[in-house]
Amino acid sequence: MLQNRRTFLTGIAALGASAVPLGPAPAWAAGSNLPGARRLVMVFLAGGNDGLSMVAPYQDPAYAQRRPTIALSGSQVLQVGTDSQGTALGLHPALQGLKRIFDQGHLAILPRVGYPSASRSHFVGTDIISTALPQSPSTVGWLGRYLDSIRSPLDPLYGWNTEFQQPRSFLAEETFVASITNPSAYTYLNPWSGRDVAVRLARTRPVGESSTDLLNSIAATAIETIPRVEQVLPYQPTVTYPQTKLGRSLQLVSSAIARGVGSKVFWVQAEGYDTHSRQGTVGGTFERLMGTVDAGLAALHGDLLNQRLLDDTLVLVLSEFGRRIDENGSAGTDHGAAGVMLAIGGRVRGGIHGTASRSLANRPDNPDLENEGRDLTFSTDFRSVYASVLRNWLDVAPDPILRGAFLDARLAFLSR
Amino acid sequence: MAGLSDEVEHLLRRAGFGVGPQERLDFRGLSYEQAVDRLVDYEAIPDDVDSRMQDPACLKIVPGGTFNEAGVLVDGPFDPNRNLVDAMERWVFRMVHSRRPLQEKMTLFWHNHFATGRSKIIETFSFPGALRAFAAKQSEDPDGARGQIEMFRDMALTDFSALLLEVARDPAMVAWLDGNTNIVGKPQENFIRELMELFTIGPESFQESDVYAGARVFTGWNLMPIIPGSFDVHYRGFKYYPEYHDTGFKTFSFPIYPDGTATIPAREPVSGEQDGVELLRALADHPATGAFLARKIYACFVDEGSPPDPALIAYLASVYRSTNRSMREVMRALFRSQVFRSPRTHWTRYSWPAEYVVRAIKEVGWVGMGANEVVFSMAGMGQSLFDPPSVGGWRTGRAWFSTTTTLARMNFAMALCWSQSEALAQALVDHAGTPEGFVTHALERLTFKPLDAAQRALLVAYVEADGPWSGSGDQIRAKAAGLIRLTLGLGEYQMI
Repeated sequence: MLQNRRTFLTGIAALGASAVPLGPAPAWAAGSNLPGARRLVMVFLAGGNDGLSMVAPYQDPAYAQRRPTIALSGSQVLQVGTDSQGTALGLHPALQGLKRIFDQGHLAILPRVGYPSASRSHFVGTDIISTALPQSPSTVGWLGRYLDSIRSPLDPLYGWNTEFQQPRSFLAEETFVASITNPSAYTYLNPWSGRDVAVRLARTRPVGESSTDLLNSIAATAIETIPRVEQVLPYQPTVTYPQTKLGRSLQLVSSAIARGVGSKVFWVQAEGYDTHSRQGTVGGTFERLMGTVDAGLAALHGDLLNQRLLDDTLVLVLSEFGRRIDENGSAGTDHGAAGVMLAIGGRVRGGIHGTASRSLANRPDNPDLENEGRDLTFSTDFRSVYASVLRNWLDVAPDPILRGAFLDARLAFLSR
Repeated sequence: MAGLSDEVEHLLRRAGFGVGPQERLDFRGLSYEQAVDRLVDYEAIPDDVDSRMQDPACLKIVPGGTFNEAGVLVDGPFDPNRNLVDAMERWVFRMVHSRRPLQEKMTLFWHNHFATGRSKIIETFSFPGALRAFAAKQSEDPDGARGQIEMFRDMALTDFSALLLEVARDPAMVAWLDGNTNIVGKPQENFIRELMELFTIGPESFQESDVYAGARVFTGWNLMPIIPGSFDVHYRGFKYYPEYHDTGFKTFSFPIYPDGTATIPAREPVSGEQDGVELLRALADHPATGAFLARKIYACFVDEGSPPDPALIAYLASVYRSTNRSMREVMRALFRSQVFRSPRTHWTRYSWPAEYVVRAIKEVGWVGMGANEVVFSMAGMGQSLFDPPSVGGWRTGRAWFSTTTTLARMNFAMALCWSQSEALAQALVDHAGTPEGFVTHALERLTFKPLDAAQRALLVAYVEADGPWSGSGDQIRAKAAGLIRLTLGLGEYQMI
């Protein structure tokens, strides 16, 4: 099927893909990006990643008791020491690459991240972590508000979404971020004359409020960004990326960074984390999921490190919620509350930041649990993580963007 | 190509996939109300679209090939009941050529409402069983199996509670939401949570305790074991297993029975399937369900960018109740409503990729255009049939449009116009006296939100760009397809 498509497109492109001069360059096209500015790569694990299997409190007897078939033992995990309260934690055994990154001091582990009255819905939960507004999650994204705060109009390649559809995190009032899943398919095929006409047709009116103005602006932007996106082809990474969707997306991120396209905020997504049954922490689905994440992130880390680009890159790994503490009998886990976040980068303060559960014992007085002891309650608000990223990494005031004061001085996973 | 009124064309864009030559014939002379009835009471029209699938006058079916025993894709006959690309082609073909447009539109609506993704079904059923679970047409399946999409098509406008029961017993759904691991003592919450949150009453109308109780209700709703000797060893139908069922009572926060009782009683294992039947009926009859469905229908058929008119939602919910959950009557009431008919509603909805490609095909032409290319193009626009991104369905509205999906739309328009370039030139040869006249006549075959004067002037300038206009066959051939392609790429054409 893919072969057929490639053959078709190649055939069409050969019909008349000569370079056609474009219309006047938009204001953002040249020199709008500050060299050396920092980059943020968001890696979203869709479906509700099981934080307790990614970063396991393997010495807690209640952990093994409540997860009789899927708990990880001390001999299985990759031990990373203890949090500030003495809870021993271990990475999932498939996370060998992340363990090496941890040992290099480039991985911050943030256990038990969440928010009050956590949603157990994929959709509401995703909207909440995308907007950072639990009370009004159907609005623009927190990164969209950040992009709007920089300048207008902003270079659409300031952000780079590697998915077909815009993530809510990038939805903004004024800024429109480019989406590029595959640079070699990011083309305007045209066997006739008139590519310049397409752009001019789409720009007869200023960008206004109407739906058609918006769509025309996207069309013009798409055609205008093609030459810069083409710069990433061909890209020879310094490491081999895994041939998974996540691996390909992360290689795309690296190519955009290395080629200096100017993109500063990236969105990358991996699916399959909704492990309701036969989770297979070891030897099954979850092990494969962890292997995919590990291979992709380790490749990105190594590639950027080799090219001395890691110091200006921050990777944030997150999901819409964590999963239920008790395994559910089909050897899977249902929707839960607090989950785990990871931060990777050359200027990350490696280690464990914030606290894991002291115990998962299902007692009424256990302050680390909620929902009658079923779920993990958060110790770090995800908005505090975002606040730190905004303040300490992107160098902007977090409160107007997050619409509240969430900066937490104790959460020091980033050095300024 | 005059003929239909603006509001009938609006109706056909929303309740169907736009207006082509067939719709111009079928709906000619009908009043708006008659047009609504023709769409809604579609059983009066023969369901003969599949019989035209090899007709050279129709969209071209290109078999996707089959996997041989070594797992290699080789040429093979068209087999839409078992082959993924062929199944997608059949569906697109029906969208283009069915004379029952609303049936195909509702099938797509239910596919998005009960969104089931193919990757997990393939894990459970493997190939070609997974495709049978999605797309097997009952009359063509050796075992009489019916795929999920065929079920939606058969029950496109039925009693919602009947549809819900079929969905709960649908093998693809059982696998998709882990019903096949839901057994007594080990309740599995995936199906019941989405059943309440996304399929019936909505996230505001249940509590976590309902999820726990509901998971126990569906214990034992499972898949048949693999039957040796059956036509396809990978396919597995639905089966209720008494020995897997949790026989205890289950209490909910909302009424289950008409007398207000909220507890499903303890039952013997052999009759435990009744638990689920009663819960599904209670959810279909729950006071929140009619309004929840009405809001979803409003978003799909009227406008997803603005909050729905509360009076219309309340009215549709009342129709749902008073007609015993008849989706046919809900849709009829919607299409007859002033909100739907109002010119203010015209051109306000962002087209889904399926709507965009099918409308373009209906308006531009299809002979020689490959259905396989259409479905590949749709994937690049973010809508791969049988593969919604999550159980919540596709993110619709403005979210359809990113730079990459917009390029995919413009590149599809190129492929379509390229395939039709000779026919377009021939159709326009007698109307090419002036560049203005040529543009006017070329665009008459298309429907779109009105262009501004500057856009129109640019299109005329495009036609004139390569020298003085003579209206020669060569000039027409050089410009007709390109002109239509440019128009299909405009924001004005993406709205319906």
